[in-house]
Amino acid sequence: MQSSKGRPEPAQDAGNPRYDDPWYDALASGWGESAGAGESPPGVMPPTRREGGAGSAAADVYLEVQRSTAFQEVRRRYRRFVAPAFVAFFAWYVGYVVAATTAPELMAHPVAGSVNVAMVAGLGQFATTFLLTWAYARHARLRRDRAALELRWDTQELTRGMNGGAS
Amino acid sequence: MTGEHQTLALLLFSAFVAVTLAITTWVSRNRRGSAEEFYAGGRLFTPIENGFAIAGDYLSAASFLGVTGLIALFGYDGLLYVVGFLVAWLVVLFLVAELVRNCGRFTLADVVAARMRERPVRIAAGTSSVTVSVLYLVAQMVGAGSLVALLLGGTSEVASAWTVIGVGALTVIYVSLGGMRATTWIQIVKAVLLLGGTIALTVLVLVRFHGDLDRLLLTAAERSGHGEAFLAPGLKYGGDWTARFDFISLGLALVLGTAGLPHILSRFYTVPTARAARRSVVWAVGLIGGFYLMTIVLGFGAAAVLGPDAVRGSNTAGNTAVPLLALDLGGGAGSTGGTVLFAIVAAIAFATILAVVAGITLASSASVAHDLYASLRRRGKPHSEVAVARVAAVGVGVVAIALGLLARDLNVAFLVGLAFAVAASANLPVLLYSLFWRGFTTRGAVWSVYGGLVPAVVLVVLSPVVSGSPDSLFPGVDLQYFPLQNPGLVSIPLGFLAGWLGTVTAAEVPDEAKHAETEVRSLTGAGAA
Repeated sequence: MQSSKGRPEPAQDAGNPRYDDPWYDALASGWGESAGAGESPPGVMPPTRREGGAGSAAADVYLEVQRSTAFQEVRRRYRRFVAPAFVAFFAWYVGYVVAATTAPELMAHPVAGSVNVAMVAGLGQFATTFLLTWAYARHARLRRDRAALELRWDTQELTRGMNGGAS
Repeated sequence: MTGEHQTLALLLFSAFVAVTLAITTWVSRNRRGSAEEFYAGGRLFTPIENGFAIAGDYLSAASFLGVTGLIALFGYDGLLYVVGFLVAWLVVLFLVAELVRNCGRFTLADVVAARMRERPVRIAAGTSSVTVSVLYLVAQMVGAGSLVALLLGGTSEVASAWTVIGVGALTVIYVSLGGMRATTWIQIVKAVLLLGGTIALTVLVLVRFHGDLDRLLLTAAERSGHGEAFLAPGLKYGGDWTARFDFISLGLALVLGTAGLPHILSRFYTVPTARAARRSVVWAVGLIGGFYLMTIVLGFGAAAVLGPDAVRGSNTAGNTAVPLLALDLGGGAGSTGGTVLFAIVAAIAFATILAVVAGITLASSASVAHDLYASLRRRGKPHSEVAVARVAAVGVGVVAIALGLLARDLNVAFLVGLAFAVAASANLPVLLYSLFWRGFTTRGAVWSVYGGLVPAVVLVVLSPVVSGSPDSLFPGVDLQYFPLQNPGLVSIPLGFLAGWLGTVTAAEVPDEAKHAETEVRSLTGAGAA
């Protein structure tokens, strides 16, 4: 895949993972949105890790991946979408519920015909839910999936190497 | 109701049962009997299949019968339920679906136990999952009972009881023979039937009002006897402040509870990757949202076409509004169209109940076998765990039948609200803390489960639902010390608080490596089952 990332690229991307996971192919080739050179996070692992100590535990691998800039970039992208979006829809929902219970006069205010503020707000909740679902899926697909998949194989490769290639 | 209704509805329902039993047999051929197969259906469903199955699992009798009944009786206040039911999926999509798929194997406890000392955490999470499932099952059983009471004329308590028993028994057969694979296909078939039936009814309602939604709403308001107030919040929850806080409590429980429902969480394990889990939720949001938009039309339609008195006359809680509406839309009692439509809707409602009951029974049997049994008795092999799960399915079915017979006069949507409250209090805090809090400890996990579960259950027992008011389960007793019907407003914060308190007071140093493992796995899918 992204060999432009300036890290050693062993045969892992081409060979083993495909054997392990039939879905790898579909993801890597099927969706065609290139993450774009600008978006692709920097290299994952220091190369020394690959020859890594036979005695290193799985715990070290995960700690190391967690500290890597590539992982932190994925985590940052996830959190920077989810945190504000969560706060926004939760506040909007709680506001709606509180308004419905404490300010029924406001909610009963007519807008057009039989449609009042309450009806507009209720349908608005539907609309924002559909919209945010779409936005989240799009964001994850374009901004996280590719980087996460690469990290997945890197991590599995490392934990596998640790087990002496047994699995 | 006439004999024709019964015969036709029974025939259609028998056809559904025959088809689903055939599915069960078909998919369980060549079955290997592994835990992977039984709990997760081999993890090879596609996002579309799983999206329909999620919709099938989620759109229960509460949605089809309960919510429409509430809208027909209380107007806008019923609509507040569907908003909560739908918005809840954003919590699932953003915080839970992908991460849980990556971290866990079969149950909620898997995610938590990966970071903590396994035994206490599994026992805690297993207990709360089973509690939530049983509460949810009771709601479905009550739905089945009121449907039969309608079909057979309202007086036949014996028939109603036998229906509840029959639904329970069939479910146990599906689950214990077919496992997740059969259960998923039953959900898919049911989702298609339910959506088809709902679309047909919605179209008929719109045709009746010549596509004029404005007139539909005005007619509903007029016939309700409340006028404009019927279209604004406040009829059910607008009285005193107790009622208003009760609604806020319910609203919180609905939006936070979905992400803690064991049978919803277990659905994410049936797809191969987190990406597939996400796409199944996107499908599910579309299907569920579309369905709820139609139930709003059906609810106001029932108010406009039948009037609240007719709805209340058939079932005081409103659970039978949709079948009655179908009867009227088809041409009224005695007409062929009415008979056919009524029978179809009744059969769909049965299928709905049956499928949801199967989904929950499977999830709770997984909790019993994979979490509780495996923790309490250490020498089981994977194969024997599946055997335990099959037995557990029978046990859960029996408990649900017994409680369902007891609680038959409560509104189904309302009962489901209680299950959501318990899920949001006991399951959600521990799940979110495990996924996102670096310093979370075993004691924090155990405290947050019990700190949400115990208050939620105790507050329900002390609430007007159980005793102290004329509509209670036990009207003669007075144990009512808690004013709200839904405990969420108090018990959800308590669950979060208890988890925090348990963590900061624990001497245990949080295992940084385990946290790293959970975080890396949850966001990348490394090492996912």
